[in-house]
Amino acid sequence: MEMIKVTIDNKVIEVEKGTTILDAAHTVGINIPTLCYLHLHDLNITNKPAGCRVCVVEVKGRRNLAPACVTECTPGMEVSTHNIRVLNSRKTVLELILSDHPTDCLICPKSGSCDLQSLAQEMGIRQIRYEGEQSTYREDTSPAIIRDVDKCIMCRRCEMMCNDVQTVGVLSAVNRGFMAVVAPAFERNLDHSECTYCGQCVAVCPTGALTEVDHTNNVIRTLADPSKTVIVQTAPAVRAALGEEFGMEAGTLVTGKMAAALRRLGFDYVFDTDFAADLTIMEEGTELLDRITRHLKGDTTVKLPILTSCCPGWVSFFEHQFPDMLDIPSTARSPQQMFGSIAKTYFAEKLGIKRENMVVVSIMPCLAKKYECSRNEFKVDGNPDVDFAVSTRELAHLIKQANINFLELPDEDFDRPLGDSTGAAVIFGATGGVIEAATRTAYEVFTGKKLDKVDFEQLRGMEWIRRAEVDFDGFPIKIGIAHGLGNARKLLEEIRDGKADFHAIEIMACPGGCIGGGGQPLHHGDSSILKARTAALYREDAGKAIRKSHENPFIQKLYEDFLGKPCGHKSHHLLHTHYFDKSNPVEIE
Amino acid sequence: MASINIKLNIEKLGQLQAICKEFNNDKGELINVLHKAQHLFGYLPAEVQEVIAHELNTSAAHVYGVVTFYSFFTMTPKGEHPISICMGTACYVRGAEKVLDEFKRILKVKVGETTPDGQFSLSCLRCVGACGLAPVVLVGDKVFGRVAPDGVKDIIEEYSK
Repeated sequence: MEMIKVTIDNKVIEVEKGTTILDAAHTVGINIPTLCYLHLHDLNITNKPAGCRVCVVEVKGRRNLAPACVTECTPGMEVSTHNIRVLNSRKTVLELILSDHPTDCLICPKSGSCDLQSLAQEMGIRQIRYEGEQSTYREDTSPAIIRDVDKCIMCRRCEMMCNDVQTVGVLSAVNRGFMAVVAPAFERNLDHSECTYCGQCVAVCPTGALTEVDHTNNVIRTLADPSKTVIVQTAPAVRAALGEEFGMEAGTLVTGKMAAALRRLGFDYVFDTDFAADLTIMEEGTELLDRITRHLKGDTTVKLPILTSCCPGWVSFFEHQFPDMLDIPSTARSPQQMFGSIAKTYFAEKLGIKRENMVVVSIMPCLAKKYECSRNEFKVDGNPDVDFAVSTRELAHLIKQANINFLELPDEDFDRPLGDSTGAAVIFGATGGVIEAATRTAYEVFTGKKLDKVDFEQLRGMEWIRRAEVDFDGFPIKIGIAHGLGNARKLLEEIRDGKADFHAIEIMACPGGCIGGGGQPLHHGDSSILKARTAALYREDAGKAIRKSHENPFIQKLYEDFLGKPCGHKSHHLLHTHYFDKSNPVEIE
Repeated sequence: MASINIKLNIEKLGQLQAICKEFNNDKGELINVLHKAQHLFGYLPAEVQEVIAHELNTSAAHVYGVVTFYSFFTMTPKGEHPISICMGTACYVRGAEKVLDEFKRILKVKVGETTPDGQFSLSCLRCVGACGLAPVVLVGDKVFGRVAPDGVKDIIEEYSK
């Protein structure tokens, strides 16, 4: 690799040819401020339209200031990153951006975690010298995501996520100049678009332009209602990220503190979605083995590969984009919905209460879960199996509002019976985790032998698409894994073209899986946070006494007492679903 | 890609698909495709953009983004008799704006709009190279020269059904 010498702020450094000024400066500890720029190193995701001009620097001999994020170093280049000309320009640029931005920071949902706000603070902006018209646009509220385009600074991060990473293609910059906004086609609302509510746009939005639909007030109101029995379930990925909202290091497991906090918030039963994840493995694993067995017996009608169906963003994606392949995914409901269904039948019966008097709240790393629980097929006489899905971020707000000192909480356990789970369930939160959990159970059921080593390292990792073969006692099971919907698309196209011979495929909509979900604490472009969360989940798994879903004694009891057998009549009714062709666009008004 | 629900007639749809094919269904040729499509339909309704997005394997949001960025592209159908008023320097100094105002007043539409009966649409353009005739008005391909505000009514009447 060719190395070149450049001088940045009087420091002579050697960098690889092709390195940008921004990256070169980083190597010597000089942080040039950025706004539109986003780089998730471990996932190879980059956004640098050089649109905001906050990262400008002075390059000797060049007439204009240069955007550091896209300007490559040249031999002998001399760069100043913070002389008076640079500082004045940055400030002016920021003031111009702020001149068309609402200043309602005090009550903005993004306050405290807004990149624009932090930058204005860092740059010492105390007044905005440019007064004038502000662009206004209608607010768009969907079941999961709110678009408040007045707060958009046209950084294009959401557009990059939606188009390049997820290939959903809902968001695009439209109109021009002062009228320009990021919007779905024909400026329809999100709920009239092909949006999957994966929430990756929200996860990268630097301002309050894209936020989640907030259900914290509904939860508080429900908790205060004495006529309701309020039950909470927490998704696997939440325990690996919630601590970040309280200043804890990324990757800190807060399972015990989270259970304690939920109990103090006043939930009547603190349960775990992990229990339902174990249940998912029973149903999905049985379905997988059934399809494989029938396939081996020569049944040509059987559809292989089977695709996982835990991820609601992914479900929406194939309903919109691959309507010809609706019979391939597993019919198993997601753990969130399995939990709700069991809670409002089995557990409500146990308590002797009506389903109308039970409220199920789920804590999710995900925004699509808000949409999922509102789907009609998950309601009985209009009463939803899961009433409210709140994000990890919303839970942190709830805890703060309730004066709970999270850091000082003791570690507590979940309640029984819907709170006990295995190591297989907790890794659902990381890409590859669901299929690893399924493999642990499917292996033992298929071969009738005991699995000595439950860790399947070949299924783990951050590569976008992974292919692995697992030996089922002489029968090789071919497994595919994809995270990020763009990669899911690639795998699905392979299947459609008959180029793939997988038996099972796991797909997660969000990069990294649920640990990188749209409802998680914001990573602000630091992908090492996602890796730390993943490691935390595998750590929790390794520390569990039981690590295979079918060995969970409470799952065994649930089948004995209530469900009968996996994929049986009752399971089919309560734990499985069907999919809809959503490919037709909405009628144009 | 998703299949789409199309409200175009089958003949026009075929022609549109042929335009896309002419450019090898290459999304890099989007602007050229839109140009030809607008020539075919007179404007670019949402359905046409959906078909183009589908054929070029890109998103409708992206196509809409391009259509709304360039002022040449329009999503409003042109009238049967498109009226263009020259706003070039020569026409302007000889009172083109007053002529335009009169068209707006009588037709009750703004620039870029079409009358509800679909008869007339109003637009401005820059210099048709007939400055000696300023101010100039075009109706379809026909050129009217030295138009005064009080002559506007006659022009409209000539084309009214």
